[in-house]
This record gives sequence, C-alpha cells and structure tokens, in this order.
Amino acid sequence: MADPMRIRAALAGDETTVRVLMAHIMEPGTRKDAAGALIPAHFIQDVEATSNGKSVLKAMFSGSVSQNPFLSFKFKGGAKGDKVVVKWSDNKGDSRSDEATIG
Amino acid sequence: MKKAMALRQIFVAATLTAGVLGGAHAQDASADAIAKYREMLADGNPAELFEMKGEELWKQKRGPKKASLEQCDLGKGPGVIDGALLELPKYFADTGRIQDLETRLITCMETLQGFNGEELLNTSYGKDESKNMIALVTYIATASKGKRFNVSQAHEQERNMYEVGKRLFFMRSGPHDFSCATCHGQDGKRIRLQDLPNLTTNPGDGVGFAAWPAYRVSNGQLWTMQKRLNDCYRQQRFPEPKFGSDATLALSIYMGVNAKGAESAIPALKR
Repeated sequence: MADPMRIRAALAGDETTVRVLMAHIMEPGTRKDAAGALIPAHFIQDVEATSNGKSVLKAMFSGSVSQNPFLSFKFKGGAKGDKVVVKWSDNKGDSRSDEATIG
Repeated sequence: MKKAMALRQIFVAATLTAGVLGGAHAQDASADAIAKYREMLADGNPAELFEMKGEELWKQKRGPKKASLEQCDLGKGPGVIDGALLELPKYFADTGRIQDLETRLITCMETLQGFNGEELLNTSYGKDESKNMIALVTYIATASKGKRFNVSQAHEQERNMYEVGKRLFFMRSGPHDFSCATCHGQDGKRIRLQDLPNLTTNPGDGVGFAAWPAYRVSNGQLWTMQKRLNDCYRQQRFPEPKFGSDATLALSIYMGVNAKGAESAIPALKR
C-alpha cells in the first residue's frame, strides 16, 4: 500500500487553505534505466478532495508532475472542525485516502 | 529532475536580469532568487513524508524479534529522541565505539529487533531496509529541529576521532588532488551558484553539519549525513567510503564539534 499523505487545513476568514503532500514516485514513463530500457509509467491520475462529503477539488495529474507532489488550494464554505478528505488513484490502480480536520 | 529544470530557469531569469545591473550584483541576485525558491518550497518540504513514515516505523513491531524501537538508546536514555541528534556522533560504552545516528540506529535494529547489522550496513542507499532507516533517521533528526548542536569531546576516543577527522579534512589526494578543505576551508566561496560553508569553523545556523539530513529536490531523495559525506568523496574522485566507516564518523565529529552552538535546520531542503 502507498505511504500516507500529509494534509493540513487551516481556516482564515471564510477561506480554507488546504496543503497536501503526497508520497508518490511519479514516474513519467519516458525515462530509461541504465540498461536503456524504458521505465514504465507510474503516476497519480486522479485527485479528489472533499469537505464534509462535498467535493471541493478535482484534479487530473500526469507524469509531468514532480515526485512527492505538493498541492495547495483554497475553498470557501469550510468551518473549523470539518473533515477534509483527499484521495488519489494512480495508473496502476493503487489509491490512497487520508483526512485532516480544519483548524 | 523536473524541479531541477525549473530551478535552472530561475537561475537563467535571475542571471539575465542581474546581468543588466552589473557583474558583482549578478551573484547576489541569483543567490536571492535561490533563497526565494527555497522559501517557496519549504512550505511543502517532502522530508515531512519521510518523517511521518519514520514515526510509524519507530513504534511498529518489526524484525525477527517483533519489537519496536521505542527502547532504543540514542545517547540520552532509552526511547529519548528529543535532542539526540545534537550530541551525535559520540562514544557509546555498550558498543565500545563512536557511533553516529545511522550506525547507532543499526545497533538498535540489531539488538532490539534482531535484524542483521552487517547486512544493514551493506544495503545500498535507498534500497530495501535502507529506505526504512532513512525514514527513521529523518524522524529522529526532526525532533531536534531548532535546537543547538553540542557534540561531545569528553571521551578520549571522541578527541582522537576529532583529530583524525581534522587530518582527513585537510588530506589532499585522488586524481584531482582535492581535500575537503579545497572547497570548505574558506569563507565566502561558491561552486557555480551554490554557497559553500566553511566547515573548519562554525559556519552558522542551519548550514553545513546543521543542515543534514535534507531532502534533495533535484533527485527526490532524502540524504543523511552518511550519504552526504559519501557523495563528497565521490565528487572528489576518491574511493567512496563504506557506510558507517570510521572515516565518515571522524569527519562527522570534526564538523559537529566545529558547529557547536549552530541551530539545526533539519530536515533541510536542498537543490
């Protein structure tokens, strides 16, 4: 199973800032190893963030996103104590879901 | 790789702007641009991922003996990680030798969890069990963030190691006739746009010895001090020292004692 994400969510005014660090190799599929063989692609494809069950962000990633990606976004309508859940799934069918409480 | 390219673009942009303003200014402006870039990245330092993983591993029952590392004595008593890094490497009476964080951790994994210590020492960096060790090192080291280094010189072996480290630091050899001091023996030197800390004295807070382990953006790896030293030797075209060898411990003691009082910026973020 994939390693956990680190999620922080903070409310300022009416905006909630969410910062997510994902642990992923993000192999683009274009690189070659020392023997000249192509390294198979392995990257996050879909990211979805929900707050109290409501979708607040949907993103499509590709192999051009860096290793261990960092994602920061803001949304309105969050309240202190709400749960923010972030879920990603990659092109090999692996997925990971973690949550944080808005502080 | 990708971030490295982005960084290069920042370099180019900064150099172009600065070029118009004048030569001497160019270096400062580029250094500023790098500082800004680091600041932007520091908000999401991926070292935190290693730290989280390390924390889990520290408490997890693993190895042939199915034990956690929570009773591991890193020099400040069993299970104390707070400030442990700041006093390492040091002499440990139970093993009868100088150990740094990595080698001490291997001792714990051997005695508490039943791993094969010799095998752990010989695992290539970042492979198999070494991956877990890097995470553990990051977790333990992060517990000392913002505190000041105080590497001991109380034991005779520690003083001997300092002397050995000092000599190694200034020993010129290899095809380039290099020593550590060639790059790190004076103030205000740089390689391309990277400032080089002077490691013969205290280089200041959060640089040199006080900045490793660190996450390297250019290759997405977390480097411990052992790996950093190994790579210094590789860059000098020396034969690379073995993981946990006396040479690396001696150099660590030399740099650690020199950096007495420097504030730890660990885990740092590097190019």
